[in-house]
Amino acid sequence: MTRKLVVVGNGMSPGRALETLFEGGSDYEVTIFNAEPRVNYDRIMLSPVLSGEKTYEEIVIHGDDWYERHGVTLHKGRKVVHIDREARRVLADDGTTAEYDTLLLATGSSPVVIPVPGHDLPGVLTYRDLDDVEAMLAAANHGARAVVIGGGLLGLEAAAGLQRRGVDVTVLHLMPTLMERQLDASAGYLLQAAVEERGIKVITRANTHAILGEDRVTGVKLDDGTEIPADIVVMAVGIRPNAELAKAAGIAVNRGVLVDDRLLTSDPNVLAVGECVEHRGVCYGLVAPLYEMARTIGRNLLGEDVEFRGLATSTKLKVTGIDLFSAGDFLDAKDRQEIVLRDAARGVYKRLVLKDDRIIGVVLYGDTHDGAWFFQLLKDGTDISQLRDTLIFGQGYAGGAPLDPTAAVAALSDDAEICGCNGVCKSRIVGTISAKGLTSLDEVRAHTKASSSCGSCTGLVEQLMALTLGDAYDPAAVQPMCGCTDLGHDDVRRLIVAKGLKSIPQLMQALEWKTSCGCAKCRPALNYYLLATWPGEYQDDGQSRFINERVHANIQRDGTYSVVPRMWGGMTTPQELRAIADVADKFAIPSVKVTGGQRIDLLGVKKQDLPAVWADLNAAGLVSGHAYAKGLRTVKTCVGTDWCRFGTQDSTGLGIKLEKAMWGSWTPHKVKMAVSGCPRNCAEATCKDFGVVCVDSGYELHFAGAAGMHVKGTEVLCTVPTEQEALETCMAVIQLYREQGRYLERVYKWADRVGVDTVRRQVVEDPERRRALYERFLFSQRFAQSDPWAERVAGKDAHEFAPLATVPFQEAAE
Amino acid sequence: MTRHPTWLDIGALADIPRRGARQVATPDGPIAVFRTHDDAVFAIEDRCPHKGGPLSQGIVHGASVTCPLHNWVIDLQTGAAQGADEGCARTLPVRVSDDRVLLGLHMAAEQAA
Ligand code: SRM
Ligand SMILES: Cc1cc2nc3c(=O)[nH]c(=O)nc-3n(C[C@H](O)[C@H](O)[C@H](O)COP(=O)(O)OP(=O)(O)OC[C@H]3O[C@@H](n4cnc5c(N)ncnc54)[C@H](O)[C@@H]3O)c2cc1C
Ligand code: SF4
Ligand code: FES
Repeated sequence: MTRKLVVVGNGMSPGRALETLFEGGSDYEVTIFNAEPRVNYDRIMLSPVLSGEKTYEEIVIHGDDWYERHGVTLHKGRKVVHIDREARRVLADDGTTAEYDTLLLATGSSPVVIPVPGHDLPGVLTYRDLDDVEAMLAAANHGARAVVIGGGLLGLEAAAGLQRRGVDVTVLHLMPTLMERQLDASAGYLLQAAVEERGIKVITRANTHAILGEDRVTGVKLDDGTEIPADIVVMAVGIRPNAELAKAAGIAVNRGVLVDDRLLTSDPNVLAVGECVEHRGVCYGLVAPLYEMARTIGRNLLGEDVEFRGLATSTKLKVTGIDLFSAGDFLDAKDRQEIVLRDAARGVYKRLVLKDDRIIGVVLYGDTHDGAWFFQLLKDGTDISQLRDTLIFGQGYAGGAPLDPTAAVAALSDDAEICGCNGVCKSRIVGTISAKGLTSLDEVRAHTKASSSCGSCTGLVEQLMALTLGDAYDPAAVQPMCGCTDLGHDDVRRLIVAKGLKSIPQLMQALEWKTSCGCAKCRPALNYYLLATWPGEYQDDGQSRFINERVHANIQRDGTYSVVPRMWGGMTTPQELRAIADVADKFAIPSVKVTGGQRIDLLGVKKQDLPAVWADLNAAGLVSGHAYAKGLRTVKTCVGTDWCRFGTQDSTGLGIKLEKAMWGSWTPHKVKMAVSGCPRNCAEATCKDFGVVCVDSGYELHFAGAAGMHVKGTEVLCTVPTEQEALETCMAVIQLYREQGRYLERVYKWADRVGVDTVRRQVVEDPERRRALYERFLFSQRFAQSDPWAERVAGKDAHEFAPLATVPFQEAAE
Repeated sequence: MTRHPTWLDIGALADIPRRGARQVATPDGPIAVFRTHDDAVFAIEDRCPHKGGPLSQGIVHGASVTCPLHNWVIDLQTGAAQGADEGCARTLPVRVSDDRVLLGLHMAAEQAA
């Protein structure tokens, strides 16, 4: 008969226990209850999701198909509230029950909330799961203010992530130096300087007195009376093992659920794993030991008899650009010696704490390459007396001549640990690559687990791949942006945010561009990404724009230009028409044409005439129609309730409002819109990037259509009752497209890539997210809405419109 | 007979944007004068060997320009189309002296001499 295993909690540690179990061919029938409404994901990687370096989809460990494949019943969003040990049955909050032969408790831990006044106000968040990240992101508008209470690992990762999203962040820390549990004071100060350099304010020795606000957080007050205004407060002051459920069931609990070396609790039918556990007096808060516990459980359930005896841990801070490593014990004491290296110019600080010729503590700041090596020496208790003189310079030096990275990896012993989180050693990686013929990093992750958790060993794993595969190793599986880089568009966009890159030269330096100044493919894309990421901060680089967007007119086959003034929603007046006619006469413009976008095109204008043409058009109130832009082009409308006997809403009015709200915004590709007054759809709204079809009950919103090289009907996004909601939704969709779209990817292609449902979920079903997107759009429009024609009439880029010199006839004759 | 060009001052280096170009109008048609990211200066007739596109309006990268009409990439040093495309635009001598840009032209007077 198959035995029943019930798991409470679906975090990282039970996930690993089940993997061990299934790899060993178990016949358990498994049921999991998870209070979180989702599958098992890599909690460690929440910070990269917060900062924008990764998406949730990228950090999922076990997708739905995994549970299906292994016949696991996963109850998402159901919390176990009672364990009946007599009947061997658990009960969830929605009434679901499950019987077990073996119960595995894996309830993790919960964030500590300090009970100061105001701690329960809306806007006070913790940092533990995806919901917390989403709550932070929803509040993380550009210009929002956040206070993070706690300057430990989690607090600093939260602060850095929020800061990358444009939030003004202050970190409050009770102790005199940051991360004092992992770092000595010197490294703590270096860290503080690096954090402050990013624009994050740090207040140490800060005792929180109260959180201020009436019906929402407005600020934080310290014991010394200082008040810091805040729109959100993130509490990251520590975690507490989640042991209440076990305690209520009468299972022995101290700080955490007490377990023996086989991870058995006081009830022989109940096992426990992960952060909820207390083992030999220790409660762990990092995954490496939890994974070791998980493997122990998995193997014992398969019938082996193995023990977990505890594990030393090391810490790395996952903030891009700050390299920090610590392990072991580094407090000063009489019987200890230390070796310290400082290199101020390179911002490097290294400290080894020794006792009896063995390393017992390591702190590395600025250069952490040798972290794994020192940690290995520490764990092995290696006698370092022979190495002592050069030890601090690291493995390369200790081995003789300085080594190149691949050689250094080649020199590692077979049992050297490469991936600390998953306990994967070198020989396992090399062996698996050869045995299974793996060629990509993702495959190595899938088969060995190395580099699949916090990712800080990715470089080492790649070097091992290069070493094992030689020339067959091709590190760039993504489609690179162009020949100047191996990075793909998405990677570049994330790194812009993550590394705070704010100019093209800085970006090319930081991301190791292979050419001196890019090419005609990457430069316009980079210019757009920087513009969209840092509105108001980044200065547009005209030289990285295609000529049309540089001179704000469309180049024609004979080198002349066309000029298309805006006609808001397709409406015009006799005065405007007269001005256009006058301009055409005055500058002898050969063609005047009505475009497919409901406006008038003046074709064949000489380049040097452009500023004067614009001056006359401006004088009549006409501005650029951006007929050349990767930005909003036209908003076509029909006559709607103004005139049409079928019109249900003011389609012309809404079209004008849309155009007034959206004009000037730069987007990955051009954006065209239309509003039709009824489902007869005379404005062709159902083949536009964004379209509105008015109906009796309101506005049917469409997106992701096109009618160019491919004709594609739109997808319906939703129906909203008011004009205001139609406008807001439109701006939110376009903002999402601006943030996610790859350069030269039309809306319909982007929607196709990320999924129409994903867009709908983010914009329609999540009002807070929509609001945040809408506000980010409005913010960026503050810097985008100035008429480029008027700017040039006033003298901007004058060099574009006149020759540098004119050579008189006789001088040039040959 | 070797003919030496006459150097004509066409403006200051600063008048040409880095990674950009300016046109010089001549009776034989426009000349494009380019300035690269590291201040090297090149002069080429402003006609793409493909279909006559104005090269001065293209995006300048390294010592090349991408034509605005159909994206041919032209080497500024030689005027030759790169990659699979074939064709060559005429180059002219140009140099920078004391931050002034001097274009080498062959004068009518010289020819007569
Ligand atoms: C002027 C106009 C034709 C006309 O005389 O009516 C026009 C002219 C050009 N279109 Fe268009 N398109 C014009 C409306 C359209 C429309 C109709 C519409 O907007 O309702 C479409 C189909 C709708 C759509 O885009 O989904 C259209 C689909 C295209 C495409 C194909 C896009 C696609 O993704 O498949 C291109 C090529 C591109 O963008 O890469 C294009 C590109 C061009 C370019 C910019 C070609 C170029 O790179 O030089 C032409 C520039 C002419 C100029 O200098 O003004 N044009 N083009 C129309 C200007 C509208 C305006 O007022 O701004
Ligand atoms: C932002 C962040 C960054 C981190 N960075 C690192 C790092 O760099 N390195 C590192 O080693 N570690 C890191 N950690 C710690 C690491 O994520 C945890 O040690 C690990 O996830 C703990 O795994 P677990 O399985 O014990 O519990 P968890 O992953 O916390 O899972 C517990 C799950 O059980 C559910 N649950 C609780 N009670 C019940 C119930 N009664 N019924 C049903 N379900 C229940 C919870 O909802 C939760 O989903 C980080 C943690 C966070 C939050
Ligand atoms: S269809 Fe559009 S791109 Fe093609 S020739 Fe006409 S205007 Fe030009
Ligand atoms: S004219 Fe230059 S590429 Fe066609």
